[in-house]
Amino acid sequence: MFEKKNFTIMNSNTKSKLKSLVGDTNYFDSYEDRLVYSYDGTPTLHQMPEAVLFPQDEEQISQILKLANEEKFAVVPRGAGTGLSGGSVPVENSVVIVLTKWNKILEVDEKNLTVLVQPGVITGILQKEVEKIGLFYPPDPGSLNVCTIGGNVANNAGGLRGLKYGVTKNYVLGVEMVLPNGDLLKTGGKNMKDVAGYNLRDFIVGSEGTLGIITKVLLKIIPKPAKVITLLAYFDKLTDSAQAVSDIIAAHITPSMMEFLDNTTINCIEDYVKIGLPRNSEAILLIEVDGKGSAVDEDSEIIKTILQKNKASLIRTATTESESLQLKTARRTAFSALARKKPTTILEDATVPRSELPIMIEKITQSAKQFDVMIGNFGHAGDGNLHPTALTDERDKKEIEKAHRAFDFIFNEAIKLGGTITGEHGTGLSKKHFLEKLAGIPGVEMMKKIKSVIDENNILNPGKIFTISPRCEGSLPIRREQIKDL
Amino acid sequence: MKSVNSHQELLKILPHDDILQQCMHCGLCLATCPTYDLTKMERSSPRGRIYMIKSVARGEMELSETFAEEMNFCLDCQACETACPAGVKYGRMVETARVVVDESIHRQKYSVKLKRFLLRNIVASRKALKFVSGLLKLYQKSGLQNLLRKTCLLKLVSKKLYEIEKLTPVISDRFSDSNINEIENPDGKSKYKTAFHFGCLMNTMFADINQDTIDVLKSVGCRIITPKDQVCCGSLMGHNGDMEFALKLARKNIDAFLKHDYDFLISNSAGCGAFMKDYAHLLEDDPIYAEKAKIFSSKVKDVMEFLAEHKPELELEPKPEPELITYHDACHLAHAQKITSQPRDVIKSIPGIKYTELDEATWCCGSAGIYNVVRYDDALKQLERKMKNIEKTGAKIVLTGNPGCMGQIKFGAEKFDVNVEVLHPVTLIKKLLS
Repeated sequence: MFEKKNFTIMNSNTKSKLKSLVGDTNYFDSYEDRLVYSYDGTPTLHQMPEAVLFPQDEEQISQILKLANEEKFAVVPRGAGTGLSGGSVPVENSVVIVLTKWNKILEVDEKNLTVLVQPGVITGILQKEVEKIGLFYPPDPGSLNVCTIGGNVANNAGGLRGLKYGVTKNYVLGVEMVLPNGDLLKTGGKNMKDVAGYNLRDFIVGSEGTLGIITKVLLKIIPKPAKVITLLAYFDKLTDSAQAVSDIIAAHITPSMMEFLDNTTINCIEDYVKIGLPRNSEAILLIEVDGKGSAVDEDSEIIKTILQKNKASLIRTATTESESLQLKTARRTAFSALARKKPTTILEDATVPRSELPIMIEKITQSAKQFDVMIGNFGHAGDGNLHPTALTDERDKKEIEKAHRAFDFIFNEAIKLGGTITGEHGTGLSKKHFLEKLAGIPGVEMMKKIKSVIDENNILNPGKIFTISPRCEGSLPIRREQIKDL
Repeated sequence: MKSVNSHQELLKILPHDDILQQCMHCGLCLATCPTYDLTKMERSSPRGRIYMIKSVARGEMELSETFAEEMNFCLDCQACETACPAGVKYGRMVETARVVVDESIHRQKYSVKLKRFLLRNIVASRKALKFVSGLLKLYQKSGLQNLLRKTCLLKLVSKKLYEIEKLTPVISDRFSDSNINEIENPDGKSKYKTAFHFGCLMNTMFADINQDTIDVLKSVGCRIITPKDQVCCGSLMGHNGDMEFALKLARKNIDAFLKHDYDFLISNSAGCGAFMKDYAHLLEDDPIYAEKAKIFSSKVKDVMEFLAEHKPELELEPKPEPELITYHDACHLAHAQKITSQPRDVIKSIPGIKYTELDEATWCCGSAGIYNVVRYDDALKQLERKMKNIEKTGAKIVLTGNPGCMGQIKFGAEKFDVNVEVLHPVTLIKKLLS
């Protein structure tokens, strides 16, 4: 007989209250609907919510949160569910609030160069819309064709262009969000300068849905660069590519992107896109420079010289816009393409100061050997943000354990080098174990205090980033501590 | 509990856990899924569907109406396969899930039985299809169709039936299997040994396109064998939960073609071509047919795929009227066969052509096999989107390489009042042959 896993904790009275709050057509609690909101893009983490809600306006969200405080259930906000740290994976006794239908671009202000959007607007669509009028929204996470602005803001998403253009936080001018007590907070605005009180806006960016549910975002946009040159350099030796990156930075050139891919990653991507990437190279660098005409040409020439000096075996220049786009798109598929080797790809984003990059790359190679795990490595070499990815199968518990050991090693090495445990994916569930090592006890204590003041009953995305009180949070899916006990 | 046992037997036909596990739920498919785009709900996405199939296969979730609904809501356009960097074969998963649904919880459903009966006994049987087509032709020529349409009599019976009736394709005057000789010799020197699959629907409803295909192939030096004992490719059955019957047809086709000597088997219907290229995979465990299927599939080529390699041999007059032309990718060409550049290369090489790219050209038009009939309302939403994009191009001609898409877009042009002619690329080429 079928194994019944359909038990629920939430009482039916609470469910009917939720149903009447959002209406029958926006409330779902079938096994199927709970199942398909039990995961996000993070491997190995899953937990069924009690119900899935599609609220229609701020007032409904506010009512849901008020009810959550009264009846003590958790609320987990969610966009497209492409996150990589478990930020939108439900917890025990929780409901999921999905914001994918809030997908309107409300205003493009060409005079002030701002754009006001709902949280469910897809990042790539926003970019296309503003580019139509010669403007530019730079943050470009790998999942930009799917992920939402709300999720980007909640996780302070980065991307390929972070090196020159920064990350999401550099573009957020204002946020509206419903606080855990149901109040609507409006902070920031179109002013380029604003020092009235605490800088709440920057504090909200990257709070991973633990402080409020974002309902509107005001973003800064900039003029679109006039000229772009995309280069692809092949290397026979991994270390040469890392040295080339350091040399380019040291030459005071800031490309808009400088992406690194190792041999395993190259081969998986080539299997998918078939655009003639060099299967035998130990590494490739994808470099883009942009800006005004002649400056771009000059920079690209200097970069080419540096690449040659570092024994690049071949340097390709994209001749058309579509070729350049093809190369960038190929790079963006790296994480998922690695699943061609093994089904569970555990991706991390250890980040180090740029000068330490060659050492970090070596340490990652070492960890793969030492702990006997297959690791594909790629990432944003230009800003020291690497994505070592363990290629595993979650059904093989021993292999997963080995992968986690390898990552423990990698994170420790990153911290030793003055780096961080996560550059752009967020802490969520998968990295909270390491937070104290990085932020220190006073740092984590301050975060917890802030959280407990804003969210008194710990109802909003509890258990993410750090653990406040196991009482409300219940048991969490596969934690590192548990794995070690196996 | 006998039903449970048979359920579990049935579940064994779902893809193996290793294949289901390949989806690492990254979500990159979501943006390309036409049904997810409509509902913005995870259950209508490839990722959600795979997760559900996995749970059913592992015995963690019961087969339910919700499950069945989502499997059937899917267009099986396979745009997600194109988008998937991990190479997940979603189409096969959803198709086998449909078999499981049809064989279990929907086994007694009248509509499932009817669908199966029609596909097995009418579409797959050339005699029956020709007979029904004959009746349809009579209906169209006798004025009964006009009468029904003008008086809106059908509307009184059922509004939906009245709408669906408009999807009835115009039946060709003569069918290809009698028009086309078993062996057709090229106009000039014989350069290529080819074979031709004329399809089931193409045979009776698009016989002109088959004739155009033959003429164009002859012009580039093809000797064409068209075996009379060939049958329907089986794709409609395969995609609609009747793989057993589809494979019967596959074996018949393999036998019918492989007794002849040819290097390329040309198909002008994206759906048929995709399915015939897949015989190798579908029959890989068949002790007798595995090897033969491999040979058969390796030779299948879409007509535009073939022509792209023989562009210089096409001798065309410049197109006299410089109308703007655009191209719609049939899902079974773009996503199932990964053929997107070849048709464009050929079309753009036609002298005197003005070509414009269609926005969302690879987005499904809603035809999707028999989807536009069995799920008329859902299909219409996709069609409306397609027609808006076509209208935006300002093109007077839209080219597409699949009979289903052609019928659907023709219907859309009328329904949404878009002034555009729908042609198969070979028809345009045929017109310009010098």
